[in-house]
Amino acid sequence: MTYMHIGKDFTPPDAEGKITGQARYSEDFRKEGMVFARLLTSPVPSGRVRNIDVSEALRMDGVIGILTADDLPPVERPAVAALSNELVYVGQPILAVAAINEQIAENALERIRMEIERRPFVVDPLDSLVEGGPDAFPEGNVVIRGASGSEFKSLKWSRQAVEDFRNGREPDAEFTTEWSYGDMEAEFARCAVVVEEAFVTAGYPHHSLEPRTCMSYWENGRCYFHGSLQSQSAANAPLARMLGIELDQLCFINENTGGGFGSRIGPYPFMAISGYFSRKVNRPVQVRITREEEFFIGSARAGAQGWIKAGLNADGRVAAIDLVIVNDGGASGSGSGSASAGALSVVYQPAAMRFRGVSVFTNTTPRGAQRGPGQNEMHAIAAPILDKAIRQLGLDRVAVRRLNGPDSTSLIDANRGPVTSAYMREAIDKGAELFDWANRVNQPRVAGRKVRGLGVGQGYHSAGSNGYDGLVRIGTDGRIYLHTGVGNLGTYSYAATVRAAAEVLQCRWENCEIVRGNTDLGLPHSSGQGGSNTVFTHTRANWVAAQDAVQKMKEIAAAELGGTVEDYSIAEERVFRTDAPEQGLTYAEAAQRAVQMGGRYSGGEWPDDINELTAIAVQKLAGTGLIGVAKDNLEKTGTAPGLAIAFAEIELDLDTGKYDIVDYLAVAECGTVVHPKGLSHGMNGGGIWGMGMAGFERHVYDPQNGLPANMGLYQSKPMTILDAPLHMRHAAVDMPDPQNPVGARGIGEPAMGCAVAAVMSAISDALDGHLFNRTPVTPDMVINYVAQQTYNNKSLKTNTF
Amino acid sequence: MNPRLTRRRFIKGVIYSSAASLSGAGFYLANAQSRPAAAVERLISINVNGATRRVDVLPQETLAHTLRYKLDLTGTKLGCNRGECGACTVLIDGISNYACSTLTHSVKQREVLTIEGLRAADGSLHPVQQAFLEELGPQCGFCTPGQVMAAVALLQKNARPTREEARLGLSGNLCRCGAYDHYLNGVMRASGQLS
Repeated sequence: MTYMHIGKDFTPPDAEGKITGQARYSEDFRKEGMVFARLLTSPVPSGRVRNIDVSEALRMDGVIGILTADDLPPVERPAVAALSNELVYVGQPILAVAAINEQIAENALERIRMEIERRPFVVDPLDSLVEGGPDAFPEGNVVIRGASGSEFKSLKWSRQAVEDFRNGREPDAEFTTEWSYGDMEAEFARCAVVVEEAFVTAGYPHHSLEPRTCMSYWENGRCYFHGSLQSQSAANAPLARMLGIELDQLCFINENTGGGFGSRIGPYPFMAISGYFSRKVNRPVQVRITREEEFFIGSARAGAQGWIKAGLNADGRVAAIDLVIVNDGGASGSGSGSASAGALSVVYQPAAMRFRGVSVFTNTTPRGAQRGPGQNEMHAIAAPILDKAIRQLGLDRVAVRRLNGPDSTSLIDANRGPVTSAYMREAIDKGAELFDWANRVNQPRVAGRKVRGLGVGQGYHSAGSNGYDGLVRIGTDGRIYLHTGVGNLGTYSYAATVRAAAEVLQCRWENCEIVRGNTDLGLPHSSGQGGSNTVFTHTRANWVAAQDAVQKMKEIAAAELGGTVEDYSIAEERVFRTDAPEQGLTYAEAAQRAVQMGGRYSGGEWPDDINELTAIAVQKLAGTGLIGVAKDNLEKTGTAPGLAIAFAEIELDLDTGKYDIVDYLAVAECGTVVHPKGLSHGMNGGGIWGMGMAGFERHVYDPQNGLPANMGLYQSKPMTILDAPLHMRHAAVDMPDPQNPVGARGIGEPAMGCAVAAVMSAISDALDGHLFNRTPVTPDMVINYVAQQTYNNKSLKTNTF
Repeated sequence: MNPRLTRRRFIKGVIYSSAASLSGAGFYLANAQSRPAAAVERLISINVNGATRRVDVLPQETLAHTLRYKLDLTGTKLGCNRGECGACTVLIDGISNYACSTLTHSVKQREVLTIEGLRAADGSLHPVQQAFLEELGPQCGFCTPGQVMAAVALLQKNARPTREEARLGLSGNLCRCGAYDHYLNGVMRASGQLS
């Protein structure tokens, strides 16, 4: 299909501000009378604050006030509190001090005296699960979530079960989550090859480059809140609840966000501090945090310790997968084991599958969603293990992936639900051809102490939702205002998705203006910008809003010029009689008539089914032009999948254990490409994240004292430009999804999953199929293997040196 | 980095001058107010973006702090405040420096160029900015001013770098979004090697 805007590059309006320094992030905002808050954080991994003496700090010149847990609504664990006296990880905020400048606030922290009662702590989930092991919280080490709410429990495995698990044997133990489908026993019985492996993946911090900052103030009972979130409108309702106010009492301002990667999808506990503090001291309060505090409270990926048993039939078809995952949930208990298993069910389509899992609290940083949580570390581990089974069958690794790849009839996840569409085989074919897999796989592999490795890996994440609102306004001057509640997290999806509305309106892009970043500008209800969902979800919402605007323009034209709505068409920013194009109205004239007619035409009335936030937005805009507003009620009957496949060639140095990624190609299967440069960013950025998971990033804690050892960027090792390939290639299948009006789906998370899987596959290939079964694979592991020194993966240790 | 002010010298200077401020993890090393000013001049003139600016500067104050919080030049970003990320990169006498690791007092006789000073007098973008815009270099944009400044410094020394040389030139600047390929394309476009 030929589009006017979809599939074409454009310059998003925020790009110039980013390259000139004019783009404003939350810390760049100032307000008259603003004071600055700093955090006092926990020095211990587990304990309780017995008493605090703040008297000396309060006597200091310039200190405005102190906010403690008592000033905030009580939070019941496992929910993470913004401030707390119950300490469960190093770096946990205890209280905040506000002063006329940050230096005084910082100095005041040193005048505070605390008495802390220490408690036992644990940094490795298996050390907590084993009988007699410590629990991270006094209430227990796991949470059972049921219909009646969440309940803590102290879950223990026998020493034998833990020993079996550590050594790659199925543990006879209790879990908190279980699901299965198919006849596992029968499928395994038919397998020509069965592999059984233990594995461990490291958790690691998001380390978004912008240390999160909040600034808020209150005027006439309303809170004006400058924040740093991936999402815009999705923040309003939960943030209003957090602050204890009504939706229309909150103005959330968030023009730019310096990275999120899952850690800033919705309001995080820290945001309560500036909100409550500014109300308490009746002054604007800004709280910005340090890089180290970003490590502590900026969220992290959950680690995983696991056991997998996978069987393939002689033809390469994946018959059965049995999976056990113990997640390291840190201080929030968040784990993604079920999502890990679900990803396998999509990509490899096993005839039978079982998942059993438990997420264990540890006294390490809180964990949350991080780019493909669960899915991507599973792709990393599964790719080389699948390769091992394929080698045993004597088959080609790409051919087997193609054989098992999902299509539009496939069923996925535990509930065996349908997909909106899937073209994985087409992606594999395209990638194999562009990478020249068939020839390269047979090339010589060894050159002196350098060994080549070829890898292939797949990624999956659900990639689209529905039911959100769209809002467009045509001004009386004919200018088109595309209101979006999509946050600006750096993907440009806020701009790409409103182009669906421009497509419907058949208008010039130069005549469009995107309205975003500030609740009071009138922004519609939106999904959170996480989970690869924005492109699918909000092209739909913008599409239906623009359709509403077109319908109203036709009604206005018919009322003025005669005939019925069906007699009218739109083009070149006019609505006109199809059989007499000279009879019509410009968009400007139609908007002027809309204002005169009032009611639903100009925002005086609105549909019953739109969200309260959208209704508030419409009321702000009422009478200013023609309003197109609608909820996305388009059909959606399955999971919209984001799929990707990557190919990587590495050159591994046997003397240093390091490798260079000398070629990298990823192919996106994300329906119609909406914004080519945005896709490029998604695929390349996701690729970089995947390479970081494969070789660099991990938490390191001192198990004796519970202290983190790599808070900074230098030690945490996010990918640098020198670690990245010199060139990164990508392509797309570009086949439309039938359940999106422009055919689009998302891709952000699969872009990472395919990359880490391909690199892990390549590392294994370079070492003749050796399995490390661990992320990251670091040079010392490679050197030890090459030196034939046993690398003890079987202990499954995590969060340690 | 500026050879006259190494990271080691900077850290030593901070330790000697600001012993009372060793509280946080480096964030406030350069900002603490508790040390007596002694004989160090406070009100100084610095040349920023071609203009002389009078500013009250504490002895241990970093250039990033002065630029952001006293001169309102917030394009210089603070991602780590400890010389790891490069988001605060500015040019001092044409050489790229981390503003978070440079004492403002050390630039009194020198020319500081920030991201805000790159535009031409007629408002047009610097060629590096134009190239980064055409390649849509940024994702979240927080590291972008530093990437732009590093690229400007590179191209002043080497007008037609290879892609490998460009990579080395930007190697002091982290991008957590992973937009490296786009930034490299931006450098190659700015140097006339990509059309």
